[in-house]
Amino acid sequence: MVAALGVCAVVALVLAWDLMSPALRPALGNWRGRRLPGWGEDVASYDPGRERRAEHRARELLRSCVDQEDWEMYRDLGFLRVWGSDGSGTGAGHGVAPYAYLIYPHKPIVAYVPRSSRLLSEYCVDFPDHERPFGSVRLPPSDDVLAKWMALTADEHRLIENANLHLAGRQLDPDAIRSDIAALSRWERERQRDVGSLRAP
Amino acid sequence: MRLLRMKPGHGEVLIAEGDVEVAEQELELIEAFRAQLDRGMWAAVPVVAPDGRRQAELVRDFGEIPRDAERVIFFPRAAGGR
Repeated sequence: MVAALGVCAVVALVLAWDLMSPALRPALGNWRGRRLPGWGEDVASYDPGRERRAEHRARELLRSCVDQEDWEMYRDLGFLRVWGSDGSGTGAGHGVAPYAYLIYPHKPIVAYVPRSSRLLSEYCVDFPDHERPFGSVRLPPSDDVLAKWMALTADEHRLIENANLHLAGRQLDPDAIRSDIAALSRWERERQRDVGSLRAP
Repeated sequence: MRLLRMKPGHGEVLIAEGDVEVAEQELELIEAFRAQLDRGMWAAVPVVAPDGRRQAELVRDFGEIPRDAERVIFFPRAAGGR
């Protein structure tokens, strides 16, 4: 008798849950969400206008810090290339280094071999501002690029040591990266041609 | 010299500004510089390399900043991302 009542109670509970769950699930999800640290801060404080103005300031700051060619590269292609500083003798440095980096906003830094377009690795690095002045730890996209550029050009090893190293292709599509490298080559050829035509008498 | 700090949701913010050749202003700059480093910021100075290319120098002490530097830019220290 008791066992039969128990079975009936369980069946009733299951049926009741099945009937009420569509109404309860969203509320349960919200309750779980509110328990997460920082819930609601990012959403409630997100202001698209403010973010746009922040990004505008960040682009101007980036423009004022990097070379004209690099600025135009970022403006036209959406990423920056920084040459690696390591290499043998005079082989290192701008234009002739054995490797280089591509810097994307809020994406891993990609190391590659310019001569062959072979992808080497991804360096995942963030610059989180834990003071969260407007609810978010993320810098504007162009500030993220500038921070990576400054850290790479100032102290490549220090930045790389702070990054998480992964094989190329873990987060970024290798075909998309190779496509960017090809686009960069085309862009440089066109730029050199334009500069050459301006210099011609 | 201007001390700027990158901030989420804002872009750069002016932290302090002064003439390093004026003792009082230099002290204020040094104080502001140290406060940012104490908050865990990295400090970079945009410079022009001998080959004419622009680059940056990371500085850990106010004395490492070139006297003629116009700007020091603070940004959160790098952390391994996902």
